[in-house]
Amino acid sequence: MAEKGVAGVWRKIRAIYNIQGNQCKTCGNYYFPPRLVCPTCRRKGQLEIHKFKGLGKIYSFAIVRQAPDHFKRQMPYVIAQVELDEGPRLTAQIVNVDVDKVEIGMRVRACFRKISEQGHEGIIVYGYKFEPTMEVTGHD
Amino acid sequence: MVGIIGYGVYIPRYRIKTEEIARVWGEPGEKLAKGLGVFEKSVPGPDEDVATISVEAARNAVKYARIDPKDIGAIYVGSESHPYAVKPTGTIVAEAIECTSEMTCADFEFACKAGTAAIQTCMGLVSSDMIKIGLAIGSDTAQGRPGDALEYSAAAGGVAILVGKGKPVATIETTVSFTTDTPDFWRREGEDFPSHGARFTGEPAYFRHVGAAANLLFRKTGTTVDDWDYFVFHMPNGKFPLAMGRQLKVPNEKLEDSLVVRQIGNTYSGSAMMGLARILDIAEPGSKIFMVSYGSGAGSDAFAITVEDEITKHRGEVPTVDDYIARKTYVEYATYAKYRRKIKALG
Ligand SMILES: [Zn+2]
Repeated sequence: MAEKGVAGVWRKIRAIYNIQGNQCKTCGNYYFPPRLVCPTCRRKGQLEIHKFKGLGKIYSFAIVRQAPDHFKRQMPYVIAQVELDEGPRLTAQIVNVDVDKVEIGMRVRACFRKISEQGHEGIIVYGYKFEPTMEVTGHD
Repeated sequence: MVGIIGYGVYIPRYRIKTEEIARVWGEPGEKLAKGLGVFEKSVPGPDEDVATISVEAARNAVKYARIDPKDIGAIYVGSESHPYAVKPTGTIVAEAIECTSEMTCADFEFACKAGTAAIQTCMGLVSSDMIKIGLAIGSDTAQGRPGDALEYSAAAGGVAILVGKGKPVATIETTVSFTTDTPDFWRREGEDFPSHGARFTGEPAYFRHVGAAANLLFRKTGTTVDDWDYFVFHMPNGKFPLAMGRQLKVPNEKLEDSLVVRQIGNTYSGSAMMGLARILDIAEPGSKIFMVSYGSGAGSDAFAITVEDEITKHRGEVPTVDDYIARKTYVEYATYAKYRRKIKALG
């Protein structure tokens, strides 16, 4: 069966597998998701591809207790605004954590997870989520 | 000489105790755990599968080896639980660790030894200079039929091994294999859970193949048990590798450090490789490691490995097997059933 939306997922793979955005060489600002023009410098901006380190902290969060059917297995789960070390904030699920242990300022790192499945027959979309860093060497 | 230039592992955070599974099926938990030599097993989260586990392990391996992933010329992912029936897991791994498109890739399948078959393939490609670096992964999210004996051990985890020349952290001196047509364990297309030949899985299957491959390796290297510091055998449970050790007259202390199965269960394609990774985490340079995998169906791959001085320069780059074993949260059977999609009505 032919499926809709596959091309849209495929175009975003680079960005969502590795948190790839860009940095403007004119003003130094980082952007994620990637932009076509620098909103600060406009025509003078020089955007270059930038792969974020995937490290940051929780800026704010919410615990989701009512979710669409295909997220039911994960309830309750945490959605957070993560502030990356380079500056930009992005919205992501926090995994490998007990929902009552999440707090603002918590150190997190990007991990690779299944984001959604387009039914039993459709494609599986993978990408970043975040998890607390382990207190061992090499996990940050 | 060809060797391991880096490796990385990943074990999901969730665990279920053998006693908890036994409680649901009305079996004697404590006795069962002791008999099997499996006290708890790893359980993947609802958003984890062989692709995500492989990516985490591969990212660790690349970081450990400090290589440019663009130098990887081949990726082979061995598993019996690939997320797609058609669409290679390796392509997802390649994109997620930022490899070049100018490389080859395929998924391997040979029950629990698909990962070591991938190592052998990479060794061939590297020694013949067809590629610079090969990435071999053994990764699984194994499922046992609810209530079946396999449910106590079927676990999740993955190991990624980078094979190359240059300065390996461990040299692979040689490898041999032993393969026959033995139907001890199988899963037909479209079936959710595997079937097995019960008692048939022991003597004519595991012990015959692991034993034969081990003896082939002793003969090829002209060595005896005394020449080796560590032994790693495939771990379908905690009992079989110890019994194999007794048959080959391997002292327990040369085998025990590899027995990760007690805390995480059988990670299938990742099983023997996880035992090897645990040894590589702790072994002194100069140590000799004797590893034999086993895949139902059936076959065994045996490897002679020497730990090199280089290994001390890479330790601490990524979490160890023990770090992942220590990071755990217990779930009860109901949560486990929900996460592992044993509740079918939920879609
Ligand atoms: Zn700018």
